[in-house]
Amino acid sequence: MIQGIPIYHFLVVSTLMFFIGVCGFIIRRNLITMLMAVELILNSVNINFVVFNRYLYPDQLQGHFFSLFIVGIAAAEAAVAIALIINIYRRINNIEVENVNEMKF
Amino acid sequence: MTGFEYTILIPLIPLAIFLITGLLGMKWKPAVSGILGTAGMGTSFLLSVITAISYFFGGHGEAGFSPIIPANITWLKLTETLHIKMGVLLDPISVMMLVVITTVSFMVHIYSLGYMKGEKGFARFYAFLSLFSFSMLGLVLATNIFQMYIFWELVGVSSFLLIGFYYEKPSAVAASKKAFIVTRFADLGFLIGILILSFITGTFDFDQLTNPQASVFGGAASLGFMGISAMTWAMVLIFIGGAGKSAMFPLHIWLPDAMEGPTPVSALIHAATMVVAGVFLVARMFPVFHFQAPDALEVVAWVGGFTSLFAAVIAITQFDIKRVLAFSTLSQLGYMMLALGVSGYGGEEGLGYMASMFHLFTHAMFKALLFLGAGSIIHAVHSNYMYDMGGLRKYMPITHITFLIACLTIAGVPPLSGFFSKDEILVAAFNHNKILFGIEYLVAGLTAFYMFRLYFNVFWGKDRHYHHTPHESPLTMSIPLMFLAVASVFAGFLPFSELVTSDAKPFETEMHLMIAVPSVLIGLVGIFFAWLLYKKESRVPDAIAAKFGILYKATYNKFYFDEIYLFVTKKIIFNYISRPVAWFDRHIIDGFMVGIGLVTEKTSYLIKGMQSGQLQHYAFAFVAGTLALVLSILYFL
Amino acid sequence: MNVVMFYLLSAIILIFSLLSITTRKILRAAVYLLFVLVATSGFYFLLNYEFMAAVQLTLYAGGIVVLIIFSILLTSHISHKFKHPALLNLLMGAGVAVIGAGVALYIIFNEKFTANGQPELPVDMTAIGTQLLSTEKNGYVLPFELISVLLLAAIIAAIVIAKKGKQEEKES
Repeated sequence: MIQGIPIYHFLVVSTLMFFIGVCGFIIRRNLITMLMAVELILNSVNINFVVFNRYLYPDQLQGHFFSLFIVGIAAAEAAVAIALIINIYRRINNIEVENVNEMKF
Repeated sequence: MTGFEYTILIPLIPLAIFLITGLLGMKWKPAVSGILGTAGMGTSFLLSVITAISYFFGGHGEAGFSPIIPANITWLKLTETLHIKMGVLLDPISVMMLVVITTVSFMVHIYSLGYMKGEKGFARFYAFLSLFSFSMLGLVLATNIFQMYIFWELVGVSSFLLIGFYYEKPSAVAASKKAFIVTRFADLGFLIGILILSFITGTFDFDQLTNPQASVFGGAASLGFMGISAMTWAMVLIFIGGAGKSAMFPLHIWLPDAMEGPTPVSALIHAATMVVAGVFLVARMFPVFHFQAPDALEVVAWVGGFTSLFAAVIAITQFDIKRVLAFSTLSQLGYMMLALGVSGYGGEEGLGYMASMFHLFTHAMFKALLFLGAGSIIHAVHSNYMYDMGGLRKYMPITHITFLIACLTIAGVPPLSGFFSKDEILVAAFNHNKILFGIEYLVAGLTAFYMFRLYFNVFWGKDRHYHHTPHESPLTMSIPLMFLAVASVFAGFLPFSELVTSDAKPFETEMHLMIAVPSVLIGLVGIFFAWLLYKKESRVPDAIAAKFGILYKATYNKFYFDEIYLFVTKKIIFNYISRPVAWFDRHIIDGFMVGIGLVTEKTSYLIKGMQSGQLQHYAFAFVAGTLALVLSILYFL
Repeated sequence: MNVVMFYLLSAIILIFSLLSITTRKILRAAVYLLFVLVATSGFYFLLNYEFMAAVQLTLYAGGIVVLIIFSILLTSHISHKFKHPALLNLLMGAGVAVIGAGVALYIIFNEKFTANGQPELPVDMTAIGTQLLSTEKNGYVLPFELISVLLLAAIIAAIVIAKKGKQEEKES
């Protein structure tokens, strides 16, 4: 733990980051920027894990490892998402999310 | 005492034949199915005879013939004590029934080789015959009442299939449906009876139920309904099941129509085997009837007596020879029921029981003979009606002789078998109730009269203009006739009272001249009147018929029972119960269900616009929903 | 020193996150995202998780952001400026973000976090490697295997989805 910085400060940062990500996911029109918003969300969760690990359970490494795994999952998700985006681009020649609505009902 | 394990093959062989011919019969020449079926039935017949000989003549202990259970497996385990088993039970009546069924069935199999030759569905016919034989054998060998019920229904199904064998004929279809529905209706009573009985006793097994010292009826006395004890209710309901199968009044209406089936089927099912299942059921449950529900036994006696009189009267006026025989069967079944109803338990007291079984045995022989003879006549003349026949004795000597033997037997002329069995029934009735005796005495005369009316009409009288000269039937048909004729003649000399008795202990019977002589006399009187009226073509019968007028017409129409049933079902039940119920079902119940579906469909159609296809709206809904949940949790907790 | 670093990094993270979701040029958004990720790895350094920080730098900053930039180059024009977001979306997004952040912070500040008081475990590579592949207590071999299977599946899926269909190949 870091002297002089309470855990709440870290949590405030990560919470704000999380909801910035959520907001971004909802307001951006471009699929790639939406993906970036998702990365922000994941990142904020990672910070939470690591901080809880360091501040509350310093004798273990659970949060640390879960952050590692989340990074792995984020990489996989990004790869698949980008493959999908490229495929969508090939079909409709843009990547605006409003245009991806053919499977609604 | 074991060594009877092979008896399990007796029902299983017909089952195997049924499966084989039923599945593969279409691919073979028809004759193969016929011969296979006949051979299988022959094997069962031989096994049954061996069983009977080794059972009855293998000696018995002080307590008489004890029941043997060579095989019994637990099939369904309902509770710790209430099991449904499947097995084979050998005791005097089941062994006797084995012989009756396999004999008649074997004869019918042989006979059908000739009778059904060239018919469409020959293989199907044999498959059904095998199915029927299997079910019937399973029924008589049942170790418990539930197994009996299962086979009881199987018998009903195979009877349905065989009556409707000519399924292209509307009347056959109607008859098969009628038979099935009426017997099914009665079986409902049987089932309820079984349930009550098993509820009281906690067992289905016959060897516990029919034990005279049975302890299973402990709690029976305290139970009752509408002032009548539960046991009486149970036994009356079981008797209703038996009455349905045995076509007792007022459930008799299906049997005459069942004659739409091929004649060998009538001989097998509707004369010798299936219709006596009801009698067999009462005999099987006899100790229960006698010790627990004597009132029910009284019902049995009166229903039997009334049916025998009622059917005999109708038989006089019928012209369709198969219908005459059908009503005659009804009448004789009434005899058997009555004999059971008036019987006591053990020794001389059990005379009625013995007589009933004896009559069942002899009746199976001579009634099968009569039906097969009738089949032979129909085969030759191509008509069912007496007024198309006459003077056939010249053309069909074997049929004539055997038919005459059968008529004499049923009329009770000594020393033919019918005399002995009928005589003992009359004795039993005399000892019990004079009114019933009077009815039966009258019926004996009527029986002789209508049988000889049939006989003289068919074989004597004037020649008709036949399309082609009638000819004697082929050998496959006449051999069974001759065999059954021999059986009818000599079956009366079997020492039945030493073999099949109510408590399985032998006793001696003696001739009761006081009763035997008048009964023979009334039989002869009946024959005499028939000779007088029908030997020569004459106008007297018509004149008599005209004299009786309405009474004759009512009798000819079987006292309008079919019409009454139709009126009750069609006019009353259909109109006032079924239609409102159907309306309720169609409009309220269905409407409710359809309404639910419609509302769901319409609603989803209306709200499907909310599925905008915009990913971000979904994401918003998700996050907002989560927030709402979190807020509500925060607020309420 | 650490305190100053923390607030500096926090400011970078928050500012660039906001910029990354509001800028109207897509490449800039990607770069701002990169800044955020790098700053996050700074947090990990502050917390003495050097390995985690290294992973964050290489995988996120080095891998994912490069991937995103490549896909941007494949699908967009650099000079292209986004339209403003739709008003409805803007309202929805801002609304849930503000309310959600409020709720979350409310919960966080009402919670008493208590450390379990154990001494800090020194986090060196040996400890991480041993625990990652251990089947003992505090061993993570099972999630490790799961992640490897997931990555394999993701690789295959990405290839299958992104490759051109046969007909498209003929046409092109």
